[in-house]
Amino acid sequence: MTFPSATLLAQSALSGIFIGGLYGLLGLGLGLTWGLLHVINLAHFGFAFLAAYLCYQLASVHGVDPLATLVLLVPVFFVAGVAVQLLLERFRISPLNSLLASFGLTAIIEAGIQAVWTADFRKLESSYAGYKLQIGALYVPFPEVLTLFLATLLSFSIWAVMRYTDAGRAMRALAQDPEMAAAYGINRAAHAVLLSGVCGALAAVAGVCLALGFTLTPSQIYAWVGVVFAAVMLGGLGSALGPLAAGLIIGISEALTMAFASPSWAPIVSFTLLIVLLVLRPARA
Amino acid sequence: MKPDRVYAALAAAGAALATVPFLGLPAFYESFLYLVFHWIVLATSWNILSGYSGYFSFGHGAFFGAGVYTTAVLAGKYDVPFAYTLAPAAIIPALLGIGVGAVVFRVRGVRGELFALLTLAVTFVLATIVLNTPVDGGPGVYLSAVPVPRLAPTPSGSFYVMALALAFVTVVIARAIERSRLGLGLFAIHDDEDAAEVMGVPTYRYKLLALGLSAGLAGIAGGIQALFVSYVTANSTFNITVPLTVVLMSVLGGSRHWAGPAIGAIAITVLLYFSTAADQAVAGKAVVGAILVVAVLIMPRGLLGHWQRRRVAANGHARPAAAEVTRDDAFVQARDGNTRNCVLSLRAVEKSFSGVRALAGIDLDVSEGEILGVLGPNGSGKSTLINVVTGHYRADRGNIAFEGHDITCWPAHRIARAGIARTYQIPRPFPHLPVRDNVALTAIFGNAAQRTAAARACAQQWLDFTRLGARAEAMPGELNLHQTKFLELARALAARPRLVFLDEVLSGLTPGEIDEAVDLIRRIRDSGTTVVFVEHVMRAVMAVSDRIVVLDQGRVIAQGNAAEVMARDDVAAAYLGGAHARRA
Repeated sequence: MTFPSATLLAQSALSGIFIGGLYGLLGLGLGLTWGLLHVINLAHFGFAFLAAYLCYQLASVHGVDPLATLVLLVPVFFVAGVAVQLLLERFRISPLNSLLASFGLTAIIEAGIQAVWTADFRKLESSYAGYKLQIGALYVPFPEVLTLFLATLLSFSIWAVMRYTDAGRAMRALAQDPEMAAAYGINRAAHAVLLSGVCGALAAVAGVCLALGFTLTPSQIYAWVGVVFAAVMLGGLGSALGPLAAGLIIGISEALTMAFASPSWAPIVSFTLLIVLLVLRPARA
Repeated sequence: MKPDRVYAALAAAGAALATVPFLGLPAFYESFLYLVFHWIVLATSWNILSGYSGYFSFGHGAFFGAGVYTTAVLAGKYDVPFAYTLAPAAIIPALLGIGVGAVVFRVRGVRGELFALLTLAVTFVLATIVLNTPVDGGPGVYLSAVPVPRLAPTPSGSFYVMALALAFVTVVIARAIERSRLGLGLFAIHDDEDAAEVMGVPTYRYKLLALGLSAGLAGIAGGIQALFVSYVTANSTFNITVPLTVVLMSVLGGSRHWAGPAIGAIAITVLLYFSTAADQAVAGKAVVGAILVVAVLIMPRGLLGHWQRRRVAANGHARPAAAEVTRDDAFVQARDGNTRNCVLSLRAVEKSFSGVRALAGIDLDVSEGEILGVLGPNGSGKSTLINVVTGHYRADRGNIAFEGHDITCWPAHRIARAGIARTYQIPRPFPHLPVRDNVALTAIFGNAAQRTAAARACAQQWLDFTRLGARAEAMPGELNLHQTKFLELARALAARPRLVFLDEVLSGLTPGEIDEAVDLIRRIRDSGTTVVFVEHVMRAVMAVSDRIVVLDQGRVIAQGNAAEVMARDDVAAAYLGGAHARRA
């Protein structure tokens, strides 16, 4: 093992921050439904990838600007999120069973993606990918800056909504005691549906970021599950800012592990952090 | 079907299937059935911990993979004969499971979903270690030079025989556990872990044992699979397929039944096989996904759970009501009237919850054979007192002695076994166990320490004692409040405790029911059990207590004869508010 140079180190820390932003963005939607609605929605990853493929299709085949696809994708996936919640609500499902049912849904989405776009690798070639900002000796690709910007913006917006609006307060009350909240006149179903829709929309945003920055293949859906779950649990269930903070910590730790040890050790980082946290501070969980 | 007949049927089926390799069928059939048995082993072994106790593990791939790599490395790299690798392939995953459990189960907050994800994390951590160390190192391990033991005319037949034998053993173990005290304990953990611990189930040890067994069986399946595929890589071994498939199979078949995972395994393997064989892999994936969604939404208990429930519902009303028998005499023991030994003594016991002192230094002695009433306003520490003595919480300071043993730091199940039982103010029956098993559970794990069969008979006696005899087959959800409270009582008594805490058993009952309960409390004492009862119903307290203790703000403010204590001003002040005391 050779000690990496300062530039390499800074570059890898920087790329860790950017990938951490995406962990945080994916974790935001996952953690909100988990913490506030007690629904562990694995299909969040399926939705994000479906959005990524749709973005790819619109941009590379129909020539739409990748960022402009958000105008279409955000409402579409808002509706998808609403539909999932309506279905789960109808059957009054336990958190663990929501994990199983949404896994089934993800398998269906994966099969659908594979049927339409095949299992081949797909890469969106957009003009954005070419933009690179240069800070001293460091190169910063535009899609990654955009991802981090969106993750930060959305996390803080949702934090503010949760903290300062009536809808946000109602949502937190529902998470703590749905029956008491309902007794005080909060419409549980309506808030749950709204939140699930917002999380669907967040999946669409994450999907566009995925399409801009990554090569797509259907089986990649599951590659993100472990790390993002770790970010959500480290950050705290139902927290708006937690997943982003935890995502950044995991991203930087992974990038430094890659630089110091070898890229093949990276997967161990997030889970080691998670296990250590649980053993040291069980109350956090 | 009677238990022995189930085993006979399983043995007959196993023997019949064992003849298949000698029939000269094409190798395809053997290989296909090998896969079926392989999945039966994985799903059934997973179910021993996860289905029975409700701790869903997503780490079954890690234990399976540890078995795969144990055999692969020993046989492939060190030329150990294959048959000798199977024992380490069971032991190493079992130890891994126990090690993971020893960490994870110690953390009280790790329940349900967190356990699932932590075990999933273990899979990836293990995969990374395997990939980056000489265990594999990246290129994978070949076993093509390892000779296959000749158990049948062909190699595929030999694999068939090995997998069949393992599947048979696994299913028999799963069935035996379901019927045993381990099984009953695991089911109780599934329904209400804290209550199970207080009833005397050694929850931590049982979870570890179940996880170790589950991991060991999966490890053997992994060892056989390593030779079957003859080339193993970290990516093909440690992925999300194994855990998700076994969860799917068990949930589909019914995870609270020994045969559920096997049925699910057969269904899914056949389905997957035909959908992939017909060159429709993508459609197959979608179909499996759709089945999972529909099964979870419509039949969350699985095929067998669904069927059992329908059967119970159909039989439930037809059952004739048995005569209610009261068996006072059978239990009455001569009580030692002259020497009153102290059974329980508390010295300066303190307990705080984030700053609030629930118990602020309690000194209390309970004499053998007495009925002690504990009174006090809400928040005076009555429930905390019970929780601390029964071991649900550990005291911050002070000592608790029970029959000469210092039990201050004992875990709850050990205290239960030593002879202290309790009821819950809000009844906490195990909702998925029939009434009789709810009671039998404490007979098995409590002071009585009965064997399983005897416990079920004993349970019936206590149900008769509390006039619930006719409801033994019902599920707790079908009982009314009065019956549920009496079920709590029957459950506490079946443990044959030396000392029983009754936490507001009378609240919410009608006057007639209270009279019945008061009579019952006397009969409990007459059967040789010391009774401490926490109560708000003053009439009952005055009627039945030999002595009362009044708590206020975590301290004992008065104790003695009921009428004298209640006449004291400070007691009235604590109980009825200062104004009343001044007027008096």
